[in-house]
Amino acid sequence: MYQFVTGPLAWLAFIIFFFGLVLRIVLYVRGLDWKLDRVTYSVNVSYGIKGAIRSIIFWIFPFGTRSMRKNPVFTVMVFVFHIGLLITPVFLLAHNVILEEKWGISFWTLPETVSDILTIAVIVSALFLILRRIALPEVRIITNAYDYLLMVISTAPFITGFLAYHQVSGYEFWLILHILSAEVMLVAIPFTKLSHMVLFFLSRGQLGMDYGIKRGGMKGYNLSW
Amino acid sequence: MAEGTLCNRKMINTREALLELLADKSGKLYYEEMNQLDVQTNALAETIRATCKSRIRTWLEICTHCGLCAESCFFYLANNNDPKQVPSYKIQSTLGEIVKRKGNVDNAFMQMTMDTAWAKCTCCNRCGMYCPMGIDMGVMFGYLRGLCFSQGFVPWEMKIGSGMHRIFRAQMDVTVEDWVETCDWMREEWEDDYPGLEIPVDKKGADIIYTVNAREAKHYPEDIAEAAVLFHLAGENWTVPSEGWELTSLAMFAGDWEACKMQVETVYDAMYRLNPKQMVATECGHAYRATVLEGPYWAGLKTGKPPVDSIHYVEWVADALRTGKLKIDPDKKIKEPVTYQDSCNYIRSGGLSDAAREIMSYIAEDFREMTPNREHNFCCGGGGGLNGIGRYRQERNAGLKVKRDQILASGAKLVVSPCHNCWDAIRDLEEVYEDGIRWSFLKPLLLKMVIVPEHLKPAESEAT
Repeated sequence: MYQFVTGPLAWLAFIIFFFGLVLRIVLYVRGLDWKLDRVTYSVNVSYGIKGAIRSIIFWIFPFGTRSMRKNPVFTVMVFVFHIGLLITPVFLLAHNVILEEKWGISFWTLPETVSDILTIAVIVSALFLILRRIALPEVRIITNAYDYLLMVISTAPFITGFLAYHQVSGYEFWLILHILSAEVMLVAIPFTKLSHMVLFFLSRGQLGMDYGIKRGGMKGYNLSW
Repeated sequence: MAEGTLCNRKMINTREALLELLADKSGKLYYEEMNQLDVQTNALAETIRATCKSRIRTWLEICTHCGLCAESCFFYLANNNDPKQVPSYKIQSTLGEIVKRKGNVDNAFMQMTMDTAWAKCTCCNRCGMYCPMGIDMGVMFGYLRGLCFSQGFVPWEMKIGSGMHRIFRAQMDVTVEDWVETCDWMREEWEDDYPGLEIPVDKKGADIIYTVNAREAKHYPEDIAEAAVLFHLAGENWTVPSEGWELTSLAMFAGDWEACKMQVETVYDAMYRLNPKQMVATECGHAYRATVLEGPYWAGLKTGKPPVDSIHYVEWVADALRTGKLKIDPDKKIKEPVTYQDSCNYIRSGGLSDAAREIMSYIAEDFREMTPNREHNFCCGGGGGLNGIGRYRQERNAGLKVKRDQILASGAKLVVSPCHNCWDAIRDLEEVYEDGIRWSFLKPLLLKMVIVPEHLKPAESEAT
């Protein structure tokens, strides 16, 4: 079982993840239409690029925008969640040991206490985001089962990984479940809302180009996000 | 395929059809007929397939349902944080459903969609600035209006407006003759006070071609005279076109993209014909957006720009004050606290907030900003055509509360409002809430405080 989930299944998951995301990017860009979107993407290019970069940069740093400053707790939780989600798996010691064994490469690694804290942070912030969905009427009305499912998909690898690492009873079981849940997440990313992993940048970039080209950017005005 | 005699999918292309529609007071019969109007689901599906591309599809798909857009929407705030006013909810439950169901929706659904697209969104685009994913729901509502229009589910006044553009190339029944006569009349009325005043029509190669909102020609002709006087005092070499003088686009509010194209092309034709250096657009927000920002795309101009450099009136005024073409009498500056209504269409969507501040620095001694301001300012409450739709008067009036609170909090009772929609909304706001708020375009204010050069003064005042 372990051989299978870490062998062919893992390859398959990574391939789907990678090519799926590439496909999403290609389809998105190909579906842009200067006339329908009313943005001259390929004419006023320098203004477009400037607008796109501004739009991404201001939103990628905590409190870079008015929207984030107005919602400080949410902002902190969302950034903790995403930082944990991205940093932990890549720089986890155990993952890099496996990489080293298999391919002879490894990244810089996090001290294990830090990755443990990050894992707990992901779980806690996820819990906060779920409770927020239930508590706030303006979020509740737009929340559906799909949103909770995505929360489960993206936090399951952390919960199972945490349990496996701490060697609770049934280590083998949690380990396999951890690997499987991570593979489910990888496969889910291109096909679900989790595709915002790349579409965030494209969508933000697009709106940035809109502002950078049509909505004031060419007047030399830098929109304050 | 049930269609009404008034409420249908046909375009208003003749005066007879327009008059018939106008004769149906408040659209009574029109809305009754709407209850019987079939939805052509196949046509709707085809339109979506052809025009709903990756940008909008991605927006609909990746909305993470975080709710950050809620507080960005003045309708949400004005309606006591009603969750049904959350922008994400409004668009997902309308456009989102139509796309998901591939156009397979019924009459009741389309009426609900129409009520949402015109009475719960003014396309102010503020939510797009608050969404982490860069989802601009105002843009999507604009698109949705187009879908509604194509199926005949459009408020009565919007159908009339689009018909006006199709027939008169103006949002009102003002013909080229009416327009030119109005210009002549205004010159005659005002030239005694301002000797040498001209309103040159169709002058070729002028520095400025000046274009207006049809309301000015029809209901507020003194606005044209004031513009003429200010150009005259500033020594500008300017003209107005006989055809292509109207900048507004109720067709844009209606979602009638074909009429949008017809309208802007008359203006662009005037530019080609008269070859001016620059176009100056009157004090209107959506007109600037329609003709200067969106128009080039409707007309298929690949540069994304109108044929000649086009600026909003606030840019001209800021420049005239900066360069001294217009000089303000320091004693006549506005003494009382005064605030400025940032119009969504040329401030948020046009990036002109600096010009507005620059003007205020020349004409006001006690300028008070609203909070929030500039591109973060709230819609006046009447944008996107909402001011003019009788069916949604209650919704409009409820939405005005946010603007009212903003104005009162600024401590100013005078609001400079160089946008016809904002101007109307603030006037109506005062009518509803009676706070003693006053509102004004820039032109009448400037005229009161500008220094008239000696050589342009009337003869008798020279003698005294």
